[in-house]
Amino acid sequence: MKHVLKSVESQFEMFQILDEDGKIVNKDDMPDLSDEDLKELMRRMVYTRILDQRSIALNRQGRLGFYAPTAGQEASQLGSQFALDQDDFILPGYRDVPQLIWQGLPLYQAFLFSRGHFHGNQMPENVHALSPQIIIGAQYVQAAGVALGMKKRGKKTVAITYTGDGGTSQGDFYEGINFAGAYQAPAIFIVQNNRFAISVPVEKQTNAKTLAQKSVAAGIEGIQVDGMDVLAVYAATKDARERAINGEGPTLIETMTYRYGPHTMAGDDPTRYRTDDLDSEWEKKDPLVRFRKFLEDKKLWSEDEENKVIEEAKDDIKKAIKEADQYPKQKVTDLIENMFEELPSNLQEQMEEYKEKESK
Amino acid sequence: MAQMTMIQAITDAMRTELKNDENVLVFGEDVGQNGGVFRATEGLQDEFGEDRVFDTPLAESGIGGLSIGLATQDYRPVPEIQFFGFVYEVMDSISGQMARMRYRSGGTQTMPITIRSPFGGGVHTPELHADSLEGLIAQQPGIKVVIPSTPYDAKGLLIQSIRDNDPVVFLEHMKLYRSFRGEVPEEEYTIELGKAEVKREGKDVTLIAYGAMVHASLKAAEELEKDGIDAEVIDLRTVSPIDIDTIIESVKKTNHVVVVQEAQRQAGIAANIVAEIQERAILHLEAPVLRVAAPDTVYAFSEAEEIWLPNHKDIIEKVNTVMNF
Repeated sequence: MKHVLKSVESQFEMFQILDEDGKIVNKDDMPDLSDEDLKELMRRMVYTRILDQRSIALNRQGRLGFYAPTAGQEASQLGSQFALDQDDFILPGYRDVPQLIWQGLPLYQAFLFSRGHFHGNQMPENVHALSPQIIIGAQYVQAAGVALGMKKRGKKTVAITYTGDGGTSQGDFYEGINFAGAYQAPAIFIVQNNRFAISVPVEKQTNAKTLAQKSVAAGIEGIQVDGMDVLAVYAATKDARERAINGEGPTLIETMTYRYGPHTMAGDDPTRYRTDDLDSEWEKKDPLVRFRKFLEDKKLWSEDEENKVIEEAKDDIKKAIKEADQYPKQKVTDLIENMFEELPSNLQEQMEEYKEKESK
Repeated sequence: MAQMTMIQAITDAMRTELKNDENVLVFGEDVGQNGGVFRATEGLQDEFGEDRVFDTPLAESGIGGLSIGLATQDYRPVPEIQFFGFVYEVMDSISGQMARMRYRSGGTQTMPITIRSPFGGGVHTPELHADSLEGLIAQQPGIKVVIPSTPYDAKGLLIQSIRDNDPVVFLEHMKLYRSFRGEVPEEEYTIELGKAEVKREGKDVTLIAYGAMVHASLKAAEELEKDGIDAEVIDLRTVSPIDIDTIIESVKKTNHVVVVQEAQRQAGIAANIVAEIQERAILHLEAPVLRVAAPDTVYAFSEAEEIWLPNHKDIIEKVNTVMNF
């Protein structure tokens, strides 16, 4: 009898370009990025870290609603988004608001999404995306459909979608990657493994040693990436994108990352399930720290530049929250209006009822 | 005019729309070369190619997600769920996702999807093939539920469903697939969704039915006529939204109502119709509105279908109760 588990696991060694000290450990796979691109990546990561800090504060003040912290995942979220074209289609999970923002969703709309206002979900015309998906796994089966649609249209674009480590246990996760594989559709499936699904550690999700190896079940390419290394995430996504638009099918990318904050701001307390040791171990791997070192060594980044980004971010956030405040409140008639192209009789009746109420 | 069975009319409707609109895609388990387990898609792949009519892996949830994704790329998906008992696997894609998409995106993303699926009893299918689950979807805002009972209605309603820019669940009763032929125009035509039809005019009692129960009601009406009771039979055709106007107009005329469904009494949509009538026409009623429905058990083992499924005799009994109230 032949036992293959060990040999399967050995196929999924972690892909890394930049180590914790900001040193290149893998020259061969170094992506082709200009100095400007490198600085832009850093700028976005710093901006997004500030956005997270401010979002948490605004949530505590009751000025934002639902919020899923992102600190720690900047490399994973922004490195992958940076590899996209404007015409690619994003199917984000609920933690993946930053990707939408950098793809072009105005900040005030992201805040309206958090508060629970439909305008937050009205994607601008040049942003091809769905709003953050709350049902874990649903974005995966939908991504297979988006990608198949692109393939049928002959577009040179991809569908990219994100889930977490816990999400890999869902049926829709497997169905999504399997459908995309069967149709050889141009999809990139990203699993952001931050080691915890609320309080449940990844070891309780599966006995599989990596999540990337789940790609084997779909017969598609899979790769495990250091998700705290923005260059590695960018390179892996870029490569998956190239292969996808060349008709070589989908890829599953597992990014090994960490969230420094709680699961969401709805009362989750990570001290109940995480140790200080684990937190400090991952803080050493902070994607900003290592990329900052890398850029400073190349004389591409300074404290001044970083402070400028921080001020810019704070300023933008202040303006955006004001813009969100000023956006017209929702009415029941708005909600009815958005249900169908043509209202069925029951809604026509209720529309009249609420018009009457709203006119008083 | 041609004489067609309901299944032929359904195939004809899909052929019409595949021809009319290059964005229409037909897919599901075995709908391609095999032509569907009931031959509903027979010949369509040969005629329109594998790019338009294709098989999927065996996973209903994946089919739902595929439909949603294709709709974002401006396709007009017409997926099939092989039997509606399998809808539980794809409830999230239908009720949790596509039905909500226009609303959740503030009107920026639409879902012109028509899910076709067979259901219905009387043909001794194995477990979870015949269950009437229209009540589940009828409770979900954002989606319409259509159930034809004749070949003519099936074609016109399916063409209209496919052209609708919001999601529609189109349920096809297996017993009606080939049980009779009817006149169906060869050219294209549509029937408005949300509109019932009076299939038999009468003045004494209103029978409100849909699916196979329309035929049971017509049969009951024939027998009731012998006893001097003139029944009006309304075929809902769309069970969500309900055509209230046609119902209330009839109630005002007959003052007696029986609502007939094949689903269990705690399921289906009959309770909703009773509620609408009592809110809008209680002063026109000479008796309570009664319901004909299946017992509140799990769908019958196939050998027990005959004693379990509602039939014309159950309808006659309820009509007599209402008339003698």
